[in-house]
Amino acid sequence: MNREHKWTMVIDLDRCTGCQACVVACHAENNVPVVGEEEVLRGRAMHWIRIARYWEGEYPDVRARFLPILCQQCERAPCEPVCPVFATYHNTQDHLNVQVYNRCIGTRYCANNCPYIARVFNWFTPYFPEPLTEQLNPDVTVRERGIMEKCTFCIQRIRRVEERARAEARPIADGEVQPACVQSCPTEALVFGDLNDPDSRVARLAKSRRRFRLLEELGTEPAVIYLKGGEAYVGAD
Amino acid sequence: MSVQTESLTLVEAEHRRKLLLDPIPVEEMNRTILRAMTTTGRGYWITVAILALLVLIGLGGAWVYQMIWGMGVAGIRRPVFWGVYIANFVFWIGISHSGTFVSAILRVFKAEFRRPITRASEMMTTFALITAGMYPLIHLGRTWRFYWMIPYPNQRQLWPNFHSPLMWDMMAIFTYLIGSTLYLYLPLIPDLAMARDHCVRGWRRKLYRILALGWRGTEGQWSHLQTAITIFAFVIIPVMFSVHTIVSWDFGMTMVPGWSSSIFGPYFVTGAIFSGVSAVATVLLIVRKTMHLDYFLREEHFDALGKLILVFSFAWTYFFFADYLTEWYGGEAVGHQILTLQARGPVAPLWYTMLATNILIPWLTLWNKKVRTSPTALLLVTLGVNVGMYIERYIIVAGFLTRNRMPFDWGAYNPSPVELLISIGSLSLFVLLYALVSRLIPLVPVWEVHEGQIAHTLRRIGRTLVPSVAEME
Repeated sequence: MNREHKWTMVIDLDRCTGCQACVVACHAENNVPVVGEEEVLRGRAMHWIRIARYWEGEYPDVRARFLPILCQQCERAPCEPVCPVFATYHNTQDHLNVQVYNRCIGTRYCANNCPYIARVFNWFTPYFPEPLTEQLNPDVTVRERGIMEKCTFCIQRIRRVEERARAEARPIADGEVQPACVQSCPTEALVFGDLNDPDSRVARLAKSRRRFRLLEELGTEPAVIYLKGGEAYVGAD
Repeated sequence: MSVQTESLTLVEAEHRRKLLLDPIPVEEMNRTILRAMTTTGRGYWITVAILALLVLIGLGGAWVYQMIWGMGVAGIRRPVFWGVYIANFVFWIGISHSGTFVSAILRVFKAEFRRPITRASEMMTTFALITAGMYPLIHLGRTWRFYWMIPYPNQRQLWPNFHSPLMWDMMAIFTYLIGSTLYLYLPLIPDLAMARDHCVRGWRRKLYRILALGWRGTEGQWSHLQTAITIFAFVIIPVMFSVHTIVSWDFGMTMVPGWSSSIFGPYFVTGAIFSGVSAVATVLLIVRKTMHLDYFLREEHFDALGKLILVFSFAWTYFFFADYLTEWYGGEAVGHQILTLQARGPVAPLWYTMLATNILIPWLTLWNKKVRTSPTALLLVTLGVNVGMYIERYIIVAGFLTRNRMPFDWGAYNPSPVELLISIGSLSLFVLLYALVSRLIPLVPVWEVHEGQIAHTLRRIGRTLVPSVAEME
């Protein structure tokens, strides 16, 4: 019951259709501001998860490849040691990479050092046009201008499930914690769970021969595992 | 016989000119310096007014505007999280190396040509550091929380992260600022006392009486001063090396393609001295022209500075080439992208300008004594070097960040008007401080020049004259 969790996400690229439902769900769950077309064109979109779209092949034989990228919650995160005020640090209890908004002074050093470009910055004071103000999530703080933020693996959902399980004196069931992006994925390309639980779905998927991790050669030990087999392995583990 | 005597007189004249051994009475030297300090024409005040206005617009206007609205008013954007501000920061830290290098290292090695130019370059160190020190603050998303980086005891027992190169950076800059200010002040004391003794009344007398710390020129005071200066000259040198090495580690310690390089420490230090010494030459040329200090600042000094600049151009090119070649041979895909960015990408025009101003022009011109001793030519070359060195930092900071290992997230960066205004404001602040203080303290260390004149004699050995120097310390 007091087992240490190793929260992990598995993303099956062979299932991803690039529909962006996860992006929308994340914005809604985590009070991520919508910055408008002009700022997005300038590269200031604040998505905590984004779908990188790569074209493969030459016209007319072209295919789109979708690669959802979010904070990889690295076990050895390059963003952590460079922060001068410990605003980003390692949560050893959940093996998460945590951002303390109130402590951040906005050096943006962490963002430069993230090889996945997973971090976003509040260039302006966040603005929620009506009626978006009516649906702000009370479990998540709204941030201020001048600080960094990034995907938290929906830590508020993890905490809620943990508290309920503790109150009912039972272990957390597999699949009980679902970050917003996982919950909203129509093709179930995203799976979330505890890698330390050998019977969990992610633990099973993590053994797949299709598995790889982004920029694995850098040694950051990400907690996001990708699956990709191309046409040859469709439907296979 | 007469031909020989004539050539001997020529040799003697040259030695005397070189070593400032055509002494005018000390009293006259003092008056020259004081006149330069106290004469302010209309041109001077107009310049000061314009500079003050630019500082007000840049720092009082643009910076405050940025704090109120957010960093978004600057041109930086994902993935280019650092831009002009950090390039400016590295540039000004580089300029600050001039003083320590010209003054401390040349003092330690007893290079005689340093005597009249130490003060002017030490002042550059202090003011360039003040200018540089503002940039980490300007660059912060929440400037008003900057003090969280300072390790002070607090109720919540929060402590800064000493793993972060930014922390090392802050410590190094504070150390260097304190050290270089003291190092500027120590040799200034006898000259302040001289100024005090010449100002009979008014606010200047009050000011110099406080600043001269009761200097009377007794033997004990001189010996203490010499000891203190020697200690500081030796101590400030490693501090200088550490400062720019640590600035380079802000980049070198990361995983950013193009930044992660073990050669960045010496590469940055060399570049800093290269740009710093060039800036010393630029400033001295301007000071000599505007303050009529031709007696103290002679062709020989610019000749020597020109040679130094050429040597550091060689050294910088060596490190630049070593860094470039390693990246190229490494053959990593993202490294290749960075080299392509420089050779054919958006920053290519800047990159080729840098190669011209930092390598081609110094190498083609500075070997020539005529160029080194011509004020106009040297001014152009040294200004060019600093343009090139600024470009180098700009490309490393804002250029390299546009490329990364995730090609979908490559970006572009252009400085915004706010960034430009703040940059102009800080440049104006540096010039303004220099202009104001040049009228407050003697810009040439008279006592050091005088000391050099006493220490040197010309001795006849066989058929020629040889300058000899007596150890004074």
